[in-house]
Amino acid sequence: MNDELAEMFARPAATFRPAVMIRSRVAAGTARGEPRPTAAATSAPPPLAPAAADRQSRPTSEADSTAEKITPIFEPRADQPGRSEPPHAVHEPGPTASPHAEAASHASPAPNDYQLQAVGLAKSYRKASVVIPVLRHVDLGVRRGEFLAIVGQSGSGKSTLLHLLGTLDAPDAGSLFFDGQRIDNLPTADRDRLRNHCFGMIFQFYHLLPELTTLENVLTPLMIGKSVWQFLRRRRAYRQAAEQLLELVGLSHRLKHRPKELSGGEMQRAAIARALITGPDVLLADEPTGNLDRATGQAILDLLCSLNRQENLTIVMVTHDLAIAERANRMVRLVDGQIEEC
Amino acid sequence: MYKLLLCWRYLRTRYIALASIISVMLGVATMIVVNSVMSGFATEMQNRIHGILSDLVLEVRSLDGMADAEWHMEQIRRVAGEAIAGMTPTVVVPAMLSFRHADQWITRQVQLIGIDEKTQSQVSDFGKYLQHPENRRAMSFQLREGGYDTRDHQGGPEAKERPQMKRAGWEHRRAMAEIQAFNRLMAQRAAASVPSESLRSDGTDSSDSAGLVDPFAAVQRPQQEPVFDPATQQHTGAVLGIVMASFRRPTGEDSFLILPGDDVKLTFPTAGTPPKIATDDFTVVDFYECKMAEYDSSFVFVPIRKLQELRGMIDPATGMGMFKSIQIKLKPGFDGDAIRDRLAEAFPRNLYEVQTWRDRQGALLAAVQMETAILNVLLFLIIAVSGFGILAIFFMIVVEKTRDIGVLKSLGASGAGIMGIFLSYGLSLGLVGSGVGLVLGLVFVDHINDIAVVLGKITGKPVFDPSIYYFYRIPTIKDPWTITWIVFGAIAIAVLASVLPALRAALLHPVEALRYE
Repeated sequence: MNDELAEMFARPAATFRPAVMIRSRVAAGTARGEPRPTAAATSAPPPLAPAAADRQSRPTSEADSTAEKITPIFEPRADQPGRSEPPHAVHEPGPTASPHAEAASHASPAPNDYQLQAVGLAKSYRKASVVIPVLRHVDLGVRRGEFLAIVGQSGSGKSTLLHLLGTLDAPDAGSLFFDGQRIDNLPTADRDRLRNHCFGMIFQFYHLLPELTTLENVLTPLMIGKSVWQFLRRRRAYRQAAEQLLELVGLSHRLKHRPKELSGGEMQRAAIARALITGPDVLLADEPTGNLDRATGQAILDLLCSLNRQENLTIVMVTHDLAIAERANRMVRLVDGQIEEC
Repeated sequence: MYKLLLCWRYLRTRYIALASIISVMLGVATMIVVNSVMSGFATEMQNRIHGILSDLVLEVRSLDGMADAEWHMEQIRRVAGEAIAGMTPTVVVPAMLSFRHADQWITRQVQLIGIDEKTQSQVSDFGKYLQHPENRRAMSFQLREGGYDTRDHQGGPEAKERPQMKRAGWEHRRAMAEIQAFNRLMAQRAAASVPSESLRSDGTDSSDSAGLVDPFAAVQRPQQEPVFDPATQQHTGAVLGIVMASFRRPTGEDSFLILPGDDVKLTFPTAGTPPKIATDDFTVVDFYECKMAEYDSSFVFVPIRKLQELRGMIDPATGMGMFKSIQIKLKPGFDGDAIRDRLAEAFPRNLYEVQTWRDRQGALLAAVQMETAILNVLLFLIIAVSGFGILAIFFMIVVEKTRDIGVLKSLGASGAGIMGIFLSYGLSLGLVGSGVGLVLGLVFVDHINDIAVVLGKITGKPVFDPSIYYFYRIPTIKDPWTITWIVFGAIAIAVLASVLPALRAALLHPVEALRYE
């Protein structure tokens, strides 16, 4: 597996490289004057501190905010080491590279170094007149290249937290920062684009579209993100990329099969390939092995780990299974709607 | 792109949705067929009515007519001369037609029209409807030797042979005269033999008895003097509506009761108050077939001069005839209604009435239009009802696809994009439904006559009975505009029906959609 990964990412730039492409596209988009977040939204996230009372509108200096405004939303920032280049470009291919990467990501936890940061997130559900608080006050930071596991019992709000992190749902209170930009109050269209470009999601029940073949399922995010014309013009490159990804997850023999004809493990592999096709920065996994037997689940976890190591892909996984959570770099526990470090 | 792909896949995998558009399809097909047939009938009828009637008619309200057609025509020219292409005076009077068939007198009520055979064809298609080719070229009230059409010259390839018409003309007249002469001879012999016996036994004879002189003998004799020889002479010519003289069998063949060459009696009121009864013999010289049963069964045309004489409509001092109406043909491009209004202004309304051909058949034309409109509304309601079927099935599909919608949203699809899937799905269903309906409707219209024949064979009853309609084929007109409207209307309904489910899909909350089991 590692050799495969190494081979894939050692290819010349002429072949499809999702992450690079997406990033440059987003930068171009902002330059064209797409909706920019407000001054409050662009303000840098506070250091992860227990008392983040002023999280909504942290006072920033005049110079700070102007500097922020001229910075494109997702432009790599020079002051952040490791952001200047796409993640997998930094790393030397080969198994020996991974310990270094881990060491690097753990070495200097600068306050604003979190790739994905939640500050005081709260979410409650309303049933009739009864308000059920699910997340009370979640402060969580995920560093670049980190494999974070969130464990918690069923009903502890793990999935809700993941949905909030993936901007699928809006928090009742608190804020969410991605690469230092506030994202929870972005306009719907921007959040859609964010989900498409920057987040990959996988689910316990795979959630592949039953009408489409494996290959088409993997291509779906690209079809969503691109206009018809864009897609058709580059469909060969996209198709090749999708085939490469499917090869990477070990499904190259199942391109034309419908999800119905795949096993659970194969479906989850296809879902992972789909999550990766746009070259996301963060992979959000919701109990990815919850529906699989132990061996298949381990294989999926192996795949996630190798992606994390080889591509420096940031992964946030929620699970109730401690044995599975052990595989991650870091593990946090969600208890009573709050995060406890383990 | 995913919209198109998913829409295409849904179209190919969700056959229940295809079932929902069968009603769209049938509605479109039915509307196309009904509109084609109705407009075919309406156009055919309008053409015929217009062909029969002149563009405008100036009519005297009194049946007795008005003197001096020339002066009236002069007035008309003065008022609207630039628009007039031709005019002809006519006399119209209700009459009774009697003719002998199979040793019985058959009497019918007719509309007796006195026409000027030279100018009549200038104002209407009168000449076109006659059965003798020469008469169609130049109408004459003289009986032709023969050569009448043996099949309907307007009927097209379906027209059946009319073998009886082969002997029409002088040939038939001579044959009939011979039979009559023979019959008369036999009757005389029979009469001669019986009275002579009685005469001998009685020894008396009315004519010679007692030397009494019939005081009216002198009056009667001159009448009998010019002996009429039916084998070489004819009465005044008359053109009969063909339905009066024949009947059509269900097979479409015509059987004739009388033929050109036979004599008929016409009885009509004279002019003056109170009207008296006048009767005269006429010889049938041709048949008039305009394919409008109403006219074909009531019109009898005779020379106007003869009718004026018989009705006492000629001023003895000036020799000027009276007329009942003046038929006017307009030059192409002139608006009949406008000219009608100008003429109505020029002539006193209490004595004259001016009508266009549409006015005269307005009720019929309006009825056809009304029928078409009502049928269209009803049939469009069928399509509208099928719209609700689409709505229901779409709601089901949206519910079924709830999780997929959540997945698409988690992959970054926007609400508008999700809505697009279902709207384009509705659009493609509408396209498929109305497309198939269009083809079905057009094929049906093209083969409507074959279908009518087959249906007739299956049910044992002719669907389209030529003896009722006097068409050999069902007339159809495929109006591209009407068809376009129907097709686009159906597509619009399909799209509209999918708006609500699509909106529901677009507004689904992604988290709830993902949780949906």
